[in-house]
Amino acid sequence: MTAPFLELREIRKSFGDNEVLKGVSLDVAQGEVVSIIGASGSGKSTFLRSINAMEMPQSGFMKFEGYSFDYRAESRFHPTLAQLQNLRAEIGMVFQSYNLWPHMTVLQNVIHAPMMLRGQSKADATAEGEALLSRIGLYEKRHSYPGRLSGGQQQRVAIARALAMKPKLMLFDEVTSALDPELVHEVLTLMASLAADGMTMLLVTHEIAFARDVSNRVLFFDQGVMAEQGPPDIVLKNPESPRLRQFLHRILHDAPSSEVRA
Amino acid sequence: MSQLFVDIALYGPGFMRAAWLVLWLTVLTIIVSWICGLAAALAQRSDYRILRGIAGFYIWFIRGTPALVQIFIIYFGLPQLGIRLSPFTAGVIALGVNSGAYVAEIIRSGLSAIHKGQTESALAIGFSHAQTMRTIILPQVFRIILPSITNEAISTLKNTSLLSAITVVELTLYAQTLISATFRPFDFYIAVAVIYLALTSVLTQLANWLERRYARLS
Repeated sequence: MTAPFLELREIRKSFGDNEVLKGVSLDVAQGEVVSIIGASGSGKSTFLRSINAMEMPQSGFMKFEGYSFDYRAESRFHPTLAQLQNLRAEIGMVFQSYNLWPHMTVLQNVIHAPMMLRGQSKADATAEGEALLSRIGLYEKRHSYPGRLSGGQQQRVAIARALAMKPKLMLFDEVTSALDPELVHEVLTLMASLAADGMTMLLVTHEIAFARDVSNRVLFFDQGVMAEQGPPDIVLKNPESPRLRQFLHRILHDAPSSEVRA
Repeated sequence: MSQLFVDIALYGPGFMRAAWLVLWLTVLTIIVSWICGLAAALAQRSDYRILRGIAGFYIWFIRGTPALVQIFIIYFGLPQLGIRLSPFTAGVIALGVNSGAYVAEIIRSGLSAIHKGQTESALAIGFSHAQTMRTIILPQVFRIILPSITNEAISTLKNTSLLSAITVVELTLYAQTLISATFRPFDFYIAVAVIYLALTSVLTQLANWLERRYARLS
């Protein structure tokens, strides 16, 4: 058996007295698409953000590519700042609120990191950036400022910005939650095409239909632990735990229509 | 009327030189104040309590004491400790350090207006904190604070007149020397006021132009 592409062991994180992650472990294979679902406060976002140490775990182990970290404070394998920057450059992350840089044009947003962090020439970065923007259908908007774009367009640019660093893993943190219902589709379509291209992806989502159709595996988080996991057909159709049944019932029946395309 | 032309021919060149000195003092003071202000604003957000403490004390002290007293401390006070500065150098330092405290407050308010997602997305893509500050956060802060920072620059320009008290021959002191020779205080103080007004108006126009330029960009 080959080693997993991404390996997390016993990840723990507390905010003050509140233990948000109570020792979560996960192996992800290359090319796998993993959806993470759960109620708010279940620790799913914190877990996703601990993968690239945007939330620094207080203990646990992480292996990804050449990186092998031990998050216990006293460990000599605790990541340095420089290691964290390199790790983050290998992992693309997309946020709920897009977080494009408003003082830069769409194209500048996309080429900024490759130029500064990878030392790409402006010409090369621009050529690659324009190709990416063509792919997401926003080439025409390359000289616009983000403020002029719709939410869906901004989120697609945010995805392109992450892809410009040629990440080996993509993290999506509720990326459609802030979007108007009619704009959700264009972002999900782009994500599905990334998945079809073999990108390894982890996504925290409320889009149950998307999780079912696109992911290889669904994780259900509850109160800081991974309460259930498996192929979407099983986890979403025949949940074992009453908590997951409740959660699915709630999200499929009470949620606004945008979140329910099941 | 002809008297005015005679005056301009007679005193104009001197006033021009004094006005140049005011501009030069203002530019240098603004540079010092931005350095002090940026350092203090960043120190206030530092994880280190000592830095926060120093920045807090600096801002509290400067804003709580008159600029003239601060100028006297630097020019007349420091020589007692063995630090002797020319009037010009002492003036630039005193005014720069003074204005820096106000600039720090302006930058602080600008920083707090930036959504934390901006830092987050920059760090997540692999930038260091310094790169994030320099290329993502500060350029946005600069656009936000441009109007307040212009006001501060105009105050700085006007405050250079305080340096007449430590023998820097800028506009105000130059006028005073002429007045003591000619006994025409009204004429010369009005002339000085008009020149200050012209200088601050140019500064305002410059800032308006910058603001329009940046407004177009976002």
